[in-house]
Amino acid sequence: MAVVTQTPAENTVVRKTSHNSTFVRVSRYVVVRLLTLFVTVVAGIYLTIMIANMGGYVDQIMKGEIRDRITQSIGLNPAMQQMQPAVRKKLIEESIAQEEKRLGLDIPIAIRNFRYLSNALTLNLGRAINMTSDSGSKQVRLILLERLPATLLLMGVSQLFLFFSSILLALNLSRRYGNFWDRAVVALSPTSAVPPWFYGIFMILIFAALLKVLPFGGMVDSPPPSNRFDYAMSLLKHMTLPALSLVLSSFFLSIYNYRTFFLIYSSEDYVEMAKAKGLPSRDVERRYILRPTLPNIITNFAFLIISLWSGATITETVFLWPGLGRTLYHAIGLYDIPIIVGSTIIYAYMLAMTVFLLDFIYALVDPRVKVGGR
Amino acid sequence: MRSWTRASKLVAGNMNTLKSSLQNIFYYPSAVVGMLVVFLLVFTAVYALVKIPYNEAIRLWRGGEEVWYQNPKFAPPAWINYFSAKKYSESFAVGTSDGTMAKAVTPGPEGTSTMSASYTFDFSYDYYPQEMILYLSSRYKEKQPFISAEWLTPDGRKIRIVNSALNQKQTYRFSQDEKLKTRLGTDEVVPQLFSNPETGNLMKGKYQLLITGATFEPESDIDVEFVFHGQVYGLAGTDHARRDLMVPLLWGAPVALAFGLIASLGTSILTMVIAALGTWYGGWIDELIQRITEINIVLPFLSILIMIGTFYSRSIWVILGATILLSIFTSAIKGYRSIFVQVKESMYIEAARAYGASSPRIVFLYLIPRMIPLLIPGLVSSVPAFVFLEASLALLGLGDPVLPTWGKIIEDANANGALYRGYYYWILEPATLLMVTGLGFAMLGFALDRIFNPKLREV
Repeated sequence: MAVVTQTPAENTVVRKTSHNSTFVRVSRYVVVRLLTLFVTVVAGIYLTIMIANMGGYVDQIMKGEIRDRITQSIGLNPAMQQMQPAVRKKLIEESIAQEEKRLGLDIPIAIRNFRYLSNALTLNLGRAINMTSDSGSKQVRLILLERLPATLLLMGVSQLFLFFSSILLALNLSRRYGNFWDRAVVALSPTSAVPPWFYGIFMILIFAALLKVLPFGGMVDSPPPSNRFDYAMSLLKHMTLPALSLVLSSFFLSIYNYRTFFLIYSSEDYVEMAKAKGLPSRDVERRYILRPTLPNIITNFAFLIISLWSGATITETVFLWPGLGRTLYHAIGLYDIPIIVGSTIIYAYMLAMTVFLLDFIYALVDPRVKVGGR
Repeated sequence: MRSWTRASKLVAGNMNTLKSSLQNIFYYPSAVVGMLVVFLLVFTAVYALVKIPYNEAIRLWRGGEEVWYQNPKFAPPAWINYFSAKKYSESFAVGTSDGTMAKAVTPGPEGTSTMSASYTFDFSYDYYPQEMILYLSSRYKEKQPFISAEWLTPDGRKIRIVNSALNQKQTYRFSQDEKLKTRLGTDEVVPQLFSNPETGNLMKGKYQLLITGATFEPESDIDVEFVFHGQVYGLAGTDHARRDLMVPLLWGAPVALAFGLIASLGTSILTMVIAALGTWYGGWIDELIQRITEINIVLPFLSILIMIGTFYSRSIWVILGATILLSIFTSAIKGYRSIFVQVKESMYIEAARAYGASSPRIVFLYLIPRMIPLLIPGLVSSVPAFVFLEASLALLGLGDPVLPTWGKIIEDANANGALYRGYYYWILEPATLLMVTGLGFAMLGFALDRIFNPKLREV
């Protein structure tokens, strides 16, 4: 998790006297901002669609697969083996054409790209090409929704824990700058160069293979316990290792970044002043250190929420966790463009919305910031 | 990630700070450790490239069963015996063609000859070997040579193994011989050969394989190779395909270094140059760069790499190129931009403009060099991310199809259930190397960051 650590001067626009009324300024800002964000999303999605079908290359793979599958199934069907070769050939060609039409492969790629784009932008996610949800549906919406709880659970628990624990610990450390724990965190911060799945492998090795106390992977025992309590316990047991690896891989760097950030703010003159006045350290922290850092903390939190959506592809793969990240990876392996595009558009919309809303939130929490002010 | 204004104060300083800052590096223990790791890694990479040239590495990694037949499957490295009270048998292979197995030929009447070869070895381990195999080859025109093998145990028993006429090439596996199974009265031939027949326990001591052959033509000849698949192998062990893991472990170093360094160098330098050009020329160029950056942030980075790997090419160089392209236009470009905006207004740039320096000259000789102290820590710190990216993609089955890398070992191990089946060495070896590499660069990067960003040093 990248922690945004900026000094206040960069991110704020100092209030200036303006002749425009607030309403005109804000509405003009809103329109321009929404327009640029929309264009950005459209361009991003169109690029993703282009890459996802590699300029038509994927079509050829899929056409080849359809031809193979239909030729084989008709060739092996005993009822059709009596047919004249010419009739059978015609039947094969017709079936192929029908299948290609079903998947939309008969439409030129350029037009199809725009169709994908307009469907994506209107959140009409459509039907998957090859994947099905566990309940048997081909609706992209249902496939993604089915996987969402698993990802939200794993990512939500680990990221929220990481977020709050690192802020609290960082505040604590910034108070005791230079003591043993502080130096330990500084020394351990390079451990975050290692990605979570890598810690995952070590976790599996220690807790699953050697100690045999926690499962290797999966989400619940098989068969799933019918009792609600047992189900929750089984879930907890399966979630411990992936969540722990996700937390561990960012833990020290996150604390280190927040700690350094808080330290920079606590060396400001007004903090020294507050301390000199004899304010209790809790008040100093709340009013003079946390308050000015609030915009940055909110930004980090907002991006954390967005990151929940994308899941952790590789960690989910290592732990066989049935989440969105792994679904996306499977979708790519099956050339399932609607799922890839569907997942990307939701991420893009969430990102755009967050970026848009953050400007207003800054204005709410920081009196120096004015929406659309120059 | 870190504050840019803090760093920009440094930029306003002098270029000599680069030199004096670098002299400070020895005061940071983590920097010294990091440098040591990087140095060792470079040494390993050079050693690997010299010791196992590219073509040889590819042959050893992708050669096929005839390259790997001498090695046992799933064998941990031999040094685990130092940590184990019970000793695992070590693998070896000897043959008459390279003289590691003594061969004596006695000519007989009418062009016939008898040949005998024997190999004596000390078996002082606590576990039975996996398998023993004889690779027999012979030259003849019409009359096939004949061969027989006998097994001599430490307690003086002599066991007949096989009597057979020879083809040009023949493989004899001890454990697969049905006749031997009936003769010994067990399906477990190899353990039986190393056991005390009364107690059924493993028997240590000197064992001998005795091979005698007879040829019936003047030019006829027999060669024998005895391959002993123990429980452990070499310094690194072997995988499911009998490949010596030493090859990918050594070769992983240059590949990881090249991928990590090229990606981080390419990304940081291109980011900086583009940010500098955008800031200097301003206008629509600047605007375009900002828009591209915003679009790039929307793109799903890992998904696009997976798509390129799945649909187009798994070559490490294609992935490297895509990685660099996708990593240029990130939030880093905005960070550089905000500093360049300040530097652009400084006095010395004003002076350069006044004497009529051309725009490219100002950008490349005056603007960019000022940023080098800022570039170095970021560059070093971003190496681990790229090294692990290669391993991550390999884990997803999108590793380079040709090159042996650390990530490929982990993928193979994972696909073969190494953790589940207890082949820990298989994952631990590449994982340790990856971890040491990542931590080495990260520690060096962190220390450099503190050296070059004085504000960080204070806190």
